[in-house]
Amino acid sequence: MTFFSDTTISFRREIGPTLRSWYYILFGLVQPLLYLALFVPLLGNVPGPDGASPLQWFVPGMVVMLVLFTTVSCGWSLTEELMSGSFERLLATPMSRPAIMVGRALKELAPLLVQALILIIVATPFGLVLHPLPMLLGLAMLMLFGVGVASLSYALAIASKHDGSLFYLVSHSVALPMMLLGGVLLPMTNAPGWLYVASRFNPLTYLVEAERALFSGDLASLPVLSGVLVAALVAALGLTVGVSQIRKASL
Amino acid sequence: MIHARDLARTFKTKAGSVEAVRGLSLDVAEGELVAFLGPNGAGKSTALRMLTTLLPPSSGSASVGGHDVVSDPAAVRRQIGYVGQGTGSGPYHRVRDELVSQGRAQRMSTMAARKRADEMLGMLELDGLADRPCASLSGGQKRRLDVALGLMHTPPILFLDEPSTGLDPHSRANLWDHIARLREASGMTIFLTTHYLDEADTMAERVMVIDHGVMIADDTPARLKADLAGDTIHIRLLCNDQLSHAAEIARNLPDAREATAQGRDLAVTLRDGEAVLPEFIRRLHQSGIEAMSARVVRPTLDDVFLGLTGRSLREAVSA
Repeated sequence: MTFFSDTTISFRREIGPTLRSWYYILFGLVQPLLYLALFVPLLGNVPGPDGASPLQWFVPGMVVMLVLFTTVSCGWSLTEELMSGSFERLLATPMSRPAIMVGRALKELAPLLVQALILIIVATPFGLVLHPLPMLLGLAMLMLFGVGVASLSYALAIASKHDGSLFYLVSHSVALPMMLLGGVLLPMTNAPGWLYVASRFNPLTYLVEAERALFSGDLASLPVLSGVLVAALVAALGLTVGVSQIRKASL
Repeated sequence: MIHARDLARTFKTKAGSVEAVRGLSLDVAEGELVAFLGPNGAGKSTALRMLTTLLPPSSGSASVGGHDVVSDPAAVRRQIGYVGQGTGSGPYHRVRDELVSQGRAQRMSTMAARKRADEMLGMLELDGLADRPCASLSGGQKRRLDVALGLMHTPPILFLDEPSTGLDPHSRANLWDHIARLREASGMTIFLTTHYLDEADTMAERVMVIDHGVMIADDTPARLKADLAGDTIHIRLLCNDQLSHAAEIARNLPDAREATAQGRDLAVTLRDGEAVLPEFIRRLHQSGIEAMSARVVRPTLDDVFLGLTGRSLREAVSA
């Protein structure tokens, strides 16, 4: 399967520099840990289902946010290679184009996986109950979603023609409302009617709900099914748009 | 090895559509070294990007290494090495890692790619840089690495887009030494674009002059210069009162195109200056005219471009 071997080639090329600057991965943990330390204590009177620790629903939301923000902005790293010519060099090889994208996206996601695992481990002594299998499935679902968002971000980087501020403007004006409307920080069940209705049109909502269900050990449920479906849809859409952008790119 | 028929590419911009390449047809045989010469914006890179499958043509067809660039781009990509205008290596990646992943991308096994990477490091004088991040290399080293990347899978055809632009003269000469040596060893076909006249002149066996997206000449540098520009013989006479008589003799020389006279100096443009010069001086002598000095000036490809377009390539480049 050339797709899988090409994905591996692309991933291995990209992960090299990341592994050499591993301290950035730890640095990326500062923000979610700050949320855990300075925001979670405010949630004392917003308990989870069955009176579980608020961490049980806050940590999955945090992990979704981590994936969303990192993958939304990862197209920026492509801009540099688009301008220098090293991306073009890869395009002149017989490598599968979706594999080039997926390999790159996985390189962004691998550190996130490490960060999510650390986050889970850190939160456990403070009351997070572990459900290993559903949690791992939840992370796998997020990887799928992340590949889609990262591909869309690459497509945006190509479409914005090396214009960094345009890229930033578009990506962040999409990501922030998505995050707020997805109930990442506080569950949407407490939202006023209009906000709740609006949140049902946000794909991220379904992902956050699925992630929360999985983090409570709830494997076979409607939210999980919807979440996996949304993740698969985003991945398919992202790859389609991303590959067509690569083909259209007259750099 | 390379065939194109009526290749065209139109770009849509806000100001309307721009025809970057307009009906380009060309044939390059196995083992040839051909240069595309033309000013910036002439359509050289656009044409090259179509031949290397990076850009789909708006119309026309092309085949490279026996495969169609539109219907079977992956097969074309396996046949070619491509050295683009920019820097091919990623700034944060290490030199050897880039070579190995390029080899893997070109379907080599990891073992073969590692072995070949070390070979290329030696061949292009990059030993000792293998574990450095590519961003730390000098301009000349980066360019040699680009060539090494393009040649990892020993392709039968190498495309070079402005390979020596931005390099200092020493690095340029050094790069060309390497390319010439690699070519001698492998017999590969090389297709390059350049706006350096001397580069096209000394390196290429065939020059295709391209301007406004159209090929306006295609021949060896020597024949282009002889046919389209010609040599100029400059003669300084002993006495200036014989000038008009001398100019008349000049105009009657075989293949003479144009003679200009000023003061005691006479200049005549013709096909083969060195062969005609002795005869010219003999005829002057027979008519009692003595020459003080004589020299033959060979044309450059700039003269060819000037003859073809009425513009100097140097002006066109800086414009």
